[in-house]
Amino acid sequence: MSERVLTVEGLSTRFPGSDGPVAVVEDVSFEIDRGEVLALVGESGCGKSMTAFSLLRLVPRPGRIAARRIEICGRDVLSLPVPEMRQVRGREAAMIFQEPMTSLNPVQTAGAQVVEAIRLHERIDTGAARRRTVELFDRVGIPDPDARFDAYPHQLSGGMKQRVMIAMALSSHPKLLIVDEPTTALDVTIQAQILDLLRELQRESGTSILLITHDLGIVNELADRVSVMYAARLVEEGRRETILGAARHPYTQGLLRSIPGLARRGEPLAEIPGVVPAPEEWPPGCHFAGRCERALECCATTRPDETRLADEHVVSCHVVAREASR
Amino acid sequence: MQAYVVSNLVVGLLVAGVALVAWRAWRSRLWREAAAGVARRRPASLAVVLLFVGVALLDAVSWIGAPREDEALSLRKPRSLIDRAFPVDWNERSYSRPLAAVEFYGGRALRHPGKHLLGTDIIGRDVLHLTLKGARVALLVGGLTTLIVIPLALLFGVSAGYRGGRWDDFVFFLISTLAAMPSLLLLIALIAVLGRGPVQVCVALGVTGWVGLCRLVRGETLKLRELDYVRAARALGVSEVRILFRHLLPNLMHLVVITAVLLFSGLVLSEAVLSWLGIGIDGSWGQMIDQARDELSRDPPIVWNLLSASLALFALILAVNRVGDAVRDVLDPRTAGDAG
Amino acid sequence: MLSYVIRRTAYGFVVVLGVLFFLFVLFFGAVKPEDMALRAIGEKAPPEAIQQWIVNHGYDRPRLWNPEDPTDTLLVEHFRSMLSFDFGRSDIDDVEISRRLREGIGPSLSLTVPLLILGVLFGISLSLFVAYFRGTYIDTVGVTLCVLGMSVSIVIYIIGGQYLIGKTLRWFPISGFDPSPGVVLRFLALPITVALAAGIGESVRFYRTVFLEETHRDYVRTARAKGCGDGRVMAHHVLRNSLIPILTQVVMAIPFLFTGSLLLESFFGIPGLGAMTVEAIHDNDFSTLRVMVFIGSLAFIAGQILTDLSYALVDTRVRLE
Repeated sequence: MSERVLTVEGLSTRFPGSDGPVAVVEDVSFEIDRGEVLALVGESGCGKSMTAFSLLRLVPRPGRIAARRIEICGRDVLSLPVPEMRQVRGREAAMIFQEPMTSLNPVQTAGAQVVEAIRLHERIDTGAARRRTVELFDRVGIPDPDARFDAYPHQLSGGMKQRVMIAMALSSHPKLLIVDEPTTALDVTIQAQILDLLRELQRESGTSILLITHDLGIVNELADRVSVMYAARLVEEGRRETILGAARHPYTQGLLRSIPGLARRGEPLAEIPGVVPAPEEWPPGCHFAGRCERALECCATTRPDETRLADEHVVSCHVVAREASR
Repeated sequence: MQAYVVSNLVVGLLVAGVALVAWRAWRSRLWREAAAGVARRRPASLAVVLLFVGVALLDAVSWIGAPREDEALSLRKPRSLIDRAFPVDWNERSYSRPLAAVEFYGGRALRHPGKHLLGTDIIGRDVLHLTLKGARVALLVGGLTTLIVIPLALLFGVSAGYRGGRWDDFVFFLISTLAAMPSLLLLIALIAVLGRGPVQVCVALGVTGWVGLCRLVRGETLKLRELDYVRAARALGVSEVRILFRHLLPNLMHLVVITAVLLFSGLVLSEAVLSWLGIGIDGSWGQMIDQARDELSRDPPIVWNLLSASLALFALILAVNRVGDAVRDVLDPRTAGDAG
Repeated sequence: MLSYVIRRTAYGFVVVLGVLFFLFVLFFGAVKPEDMALRAIGEKAPPEAIQQWIVNHGYDRPRLWNPEDPTDTLLVEHFRSMLSFDFGRSDIDDVEISRRLREGIGPSLSLTVPLLILGVLFGISLSLFVAYFRGTYIDTVGVTLCVLGMSVSIVIYIIGGQYLIGKTLRWFPISGFDPSPGVVLRFLALPITVALAAGIGESVRFYRTVFLEETHRDYVRTARAKGCGDGRVMAHHVLRNSLIPILTQVVMAIPFLFTGSLLLESFFGIPGLGAMTVEAIHDNDFSTLRVMVFIGSLAFIAGQILTDLSYALVDTRVRLE
């Protein structure tokens, strides 16, 4: 039986604003099973990175996390005292960040940083830690790993730095890997390599991955299931084939339509009209109401409930709800 | 021309100049919002600064019958509007406590018992009167010097950063040489050589204060010069002068404003130190503090002179510092995005 | 790396020459030898005495150009004496300046070295503390105290310190100096305390800004995600990355170790180099003033070179350029 690696119920993360607290993540719920890859998809600013930070309680002050439940490998993350939370970070769940350029400590060697990660979670002497690190470097495809151990971040290329981050994240064998836009800051050829690496590692070790991205191409390559976020809320979730092939929410459909590769020469690119509104401008109902071509009257005023369609496909949309009840 | 006409003219020109700059700035939304932002964050401090400026201006305007500098200091003849606010024979003979009816030593009745709000000093001058006049000196030191330093630093810094080459080498060498001399020592040497008047002190302070801003401006210009929008302007064939004024200068101004405000308080504090070493400007709060130095050791100690000048100095510097912080919060591109 | 050191030092020397030239223009360009003599021996001195004084002090040479002997000018003599540390005698009391320097440096160092060390220690620890509690009332109170402290003139701190601690509480003597090992601390305690109090506001504010900037960087987030505790994050990651600005402050303060603090020494009666300078101002002793500014500049330039070199040691990015 597959175990739950991650359970999130009703997660909301709020920041103080000029007119009262603003929820940059609002009532988000999802689960990840052992060995699964869940992609959290959305535009910049929709709250997906903040969702990831919330799982590890890394939200910067003055943000506040509130949820009915957040469980990582069965442990209730919200109620853990800080020293135990620190043990969860890096060991049960590890995170890989978006900007490899700035995410490594510039005055420490690459190897030293991975060794630090190892020694935070187990008692092991430096020699053994070094050996393990060199092995990890080799596993993630860093050439000449022994020499690279003593290299400083600025001596490494972007792709190399990202591999170091991956090695660091995997060093304590986490059950859950949170990967935030792993390839956005890298160029295309390196992107492909990193993706291949992630896929390989995932298959080998059965680690679950929460993949945060705005790139539907990556979703296609790696994800088992997909959750789509817009303006702090989840709007649609389902299996990868369902979402990419038969999405029902107007926003998801708009996203899929606007992939440049699908456009025909000579025709204008399809786009979703308008721009993502600022948090202060979110209507009380569905946040997408202002830009949705199929919006009904109730959309702007009432928040849509979840409509369960076949095969784990869930959509939050009044229009879809109406269609489904017919 | 009479001295007072010249000084009135200078003050008038300064005020007109500042008003002109303020009006130009108001027309740009960036500066308008910045000013509003500062006023929102630190209304009290801004009010205090404006109050001091007002007092200083009142003391700067003089007219017919104005006495010479030394007579003015003994306060026996009114010179400015502030002086006119006090009756002509306001001075007593010697020390008296604030609001006292009798002299401190000897107990003789005062000419104006109970009217000296902050007491009188060793030659009987009203301490409140002196303190108010000190505002003009402080603003002279801080404001005038800053106003001289800014164009100078901009001229050298921007030209050096933008042109590069020999001229930049020379300016960099000049800055390095001046910066190599510890500023207090350099100040002292300059005043020793130039003499001890207010103009000389301002010039000396200007020479030491100019270097920091120039270095900053030069560094920033070097960075800005390489930015894409400047390159684009050059590629479009825009003339160099136009680039300087429309693209570079406006993007330097935030740095200049922040530095200028901090420079102001530094200059006023430096003058206090100079007064304490005996080479400051007459009539400044620093000089009042210097003269009051031994009054504390008397028995019973005389504190009102010292306290009055210290508090006035502290109030102005604190207000300027707080306004300066608000200015930096609003203008610094790194922090400008924070919720305010 | 070696070429960098050489280049840096060479430029430093060029700046030294620039300083000397500036001093020459300032002291010899603006003031005539006759004026110097008058200030030294009094306004009423007869012309022969003036002339004698001028000759005695070597000011009878032409300033820039001597057709008979190009090396016998004030300009050349100025450069020669300064660069060879042959400082001559004071204009006022004829004492050898070098001797005065040797006598004064001990007291100056005994004041400024402890001051620097304590100042850095207190400054860094207090600001780490305040930066750690960012956003809480500790931070707000801390910053407010700093701004308040910075707005008070050092002059007030000295008066206040002398009055409160020296006179009222009578913990330490108000002024004076006695270099004997057991007693010297008592005389230094007050000036050091006063100077620390006066400087702590600015220090803490500066370091706090540096620490806060580093605390917001991405690698700190990575460290936390790895499981680093806050203590380790501050002490190990943030501090190490903040070393450059900290080092700049510390190394740049080294020159002041030598020039001494003019105010502290003159008002607490410590017979160091700073007090010497203050005396020179009061006496219009130009020759001593010239030397003091020169020494101060040398120390400053040396400090800057040291700072640049220390960057290379601390930040590997600099080293490999």
